[in-house]
Amino acid sequence: MSRSPTWFSRLLMMLVFVFLYAPIFVLIVFSFNAANSNAVWKGFSLQWYVELFRDRIIMQSLSTTLLVSLLATVFATVAGTFAAIGLYNMRRRWREPLITVNNIPMMNADIVTGVSLCLFFVAVFGGWNAFVTWMEETYRLTAPRLYLGFGTLLIAHICFNIPYVILSIMPKLRQMDKNLIDAAQDLGCTWMQAFWKVVIPEIKPGIVSGMLIAFTMSVDDFVISYFTAGSATSTLAMTIYGMTKKRISPKINAISTLMFGTVLILLLIVNLREARQEKNAKARAAGR
Amino acid sequence: MRNENQNRLTWFAIPYVGWLALFVVAPIIMVVIYAFSTEGGGFTLSSFARMGIYTVVFARSFKLALIATAICVLIGYPVSYFMAKEGPQFQKAAMLLIMLPMWMNFLLRTYAWMSILDNNGLLNQIFAATGIIGLENTLNGWLNGLCLHLNALFGLALNTARATGMTSFRMLYSQGAVVLGMVYNYLPFMILPIYSVLLKLDNSLLEAARDLGASSVGVFRKVILPLSLPGVLSGITMVFVPSVSTFAISKMLGGGTQMMLGDLIEMQFLGGAYNPHLGSAISLVMMVVVVACMWVMNRFGEGEEQAVVL
Repeated sequence: MSRSPTWFSRLLMMLVFVFLYAPIFVLIVFSFNAANSNAVWKGFSLQWYVELFRDRIIMQSLSTTLLVSLLATVFATVAGTFAAIGLYNMRRRWREPLITVNNIPMMNADIVTGVSLCLFFVAVFGGWNAFVTWMEETYRLTAPRLYLGFGTLLIAHICFNIPYVILSIMPKLRQMDKNLIDAAQDLGCTWMQAFWKVVIPEIKPGIVSGMLIAFTMSVDDFVISYFTAGSATSTLAMTIYGMTKKRISPKINAISTLMFGTVLILLLIVNLREARQEKNAKARAAGR
Repeated sequence: MRNENQNRLTWFAIPYVGWLALFVVAPIIMVVIYAFSTEGGGFTLSSFARMGIYTVVFARSFKLALIATAICVLIGYPVSYFMAKEGPQFQKAAMLLIMLPMWMNFLLRTYAWMSILDNNGLLNQIFAATGIIGLENTLNGWLNGLCLHLNALFGLALNTARATGMTSFRMLYSQGAVVLGMVYNYLPFMILPIYSVLLKLDNSLLEAARDLGASSVGVFRKVILPLSLPGVLSGITMVFVPSVSTFAISKMLGGGTQMMLGDLIEMQFLGGAYNPHLGSAISLVMMVVVVACMWVMNRFGEGEEQAVVL
C-alpha cells in the first residue's frame, strides 16, 4: 500500500497504544507502592515483591504452571510432529475430516473445551471408581481411584497444544520437496535415516515455532485449566483469579510487573537475534 | 502419485487419531448426551426449555459481545489501515507493541482495569482532583432545580432526583466496564488479521483503480474494503467468540450483577447451581454459535489460517 502517514493516523495509533499500555503502566508503578492501594502513592517500597516470594501458595502454583507447561510442550511437540507428518501424507479423503476434528479445540470457545473435558473426566473416573469399589467388595482386589488433578490438567494442556504444533508444522511440510526422501534413500540412507536426517531438519523451524506457541498457550491458559485441574491443583492463573476476588492486592501488581518484564526481555532477545541474522544474511548476500 | 514412503508415514498419525477420538470427539459427544438427557438417563429436551429462564443472560451476552466487537472493528480497522501505510520499521515496532500485552495473562490485564475503575481507583482520584465530580454534582443540582421549575410550570414529571452528593463515579461493576474489558483484551485479535490482509493488498490494483478514474474514497470503498473483508470477518469471529463466552471478565469487571453465558455455564459445573445437563445444553448452543461463525468466515474467503496462528 502507498505510504502517506498523516498526523491523524499517527494520533490514532498513539491513542490506541496509550489505551493498551496505560493500565499496564499503572500496575507496574503501583507495584512499588508502599501502601495497599492502586490509586494513592505512599512512597517507594519493595514489600509486595518480598511478600510475593514468601507466599507459598503463589510459589506452589507457579511451579505447577511451569511443570505442566513444560511437560505439555514436550508431549505436544513430539506428538504434534508425528501427527503432522502422518496427516500430511494421508489420502485427502481421510486428511480433510481429521484436520477439521484437529481444529476443534482451537476454534471452540475455551470454556466449551474445558467443560467438555471436565464432563468426560468426571464421567470416566466416576465409572472407574465405581468399578474399583465393586472389585474391592467382590474380589478384594484394589486399584487406585482417579480424581481430577495434575494428570487431567496435563492431558487438557496437551489437548489444546497439539493443534497449534500441527498448524505451524504443516506449512513447512508443504514447502518440502516430496522427492527428498526418495533421493536420500537412493543415496543409501535407510528409511529411518532419511526420516531423521532429511525430513526432521527440513521442518525444524516449524517444530520450534510450534513449541514456542504451545508453551505460551500453556502458561497463558486459565479457562481450560480452571475446569480440568480439580480442587487440589492450581495453576498461577487460577491463583491470580482467586486473588482478584478481593479488590486490591498489590501482590498481583508485583506478579504482573515480573511477567511483563520477562516477556519484554524475551521478545527483545528474539527480535535482536532476528535482526542480527537478517543483517548477516544481507552481508553474506552482498559479499557474494 | 502415492508411493511406499507416503503410506508408511501415514501410520505416524494413527496414535493421534486415537487421541483425537478419546479427548476431542468423546468429550463433545458427552456434552451432547448430557444436554439431551435427564439425571436418570432418559431423553429429554427440558434442559433447552429451562434455558428460557435465562433469556436475559443470553440477550445480555450477545448484546455486550456485539457492542465490544463493533467497537473493536471501529478502532481496529483504521488502526490496521494506517499501520499498513507506514514504513516497514514502524510497522514492525507497532506490531510488537500490539502483541506485547497479549503475552500477559488476560486476568492481569483485567485486574488492571479493576483497580483503575474502582470507586477509590485512579480514575476517580483524578476526576476528584480535577473537580470533574464536583462539576457534575453542581450540574446535576442545577438540572434538578430547572426540572423542578418546569414540573411546577407545566405539570411535567421530569427527573429531579439526580445525584448531587457524589464523591466518585460508579464505573466498576457496570455493563460499560465489561465492554471495556472485552475491547481491551481482544482488540489485538481484531487488528492482526485485518492488518495482515491489508498488508498483502496488491498495490497495482489500487493504482489501476485510480488510473481508471476512481476517487480515493471510491478506491477505498470499491477495492480496499471488499478485499479486506476476509480479515475483518476473521477478526470479528476472533473477538466475538471469546467475548460472548467469557466468564472471568464479566465476573471481575461486572461484579455479580452482569452475569453472562460463560458465568452461567461455570455455575452449572463448578458453582452453586450444580446442573451439568443445563450447562451442557448451553455449551451446545455456544458450539452452534461458533460453527455458525466459522461457516460465515469460510464462505467469505481464505485467509483464516494466518489469522488463527496470529
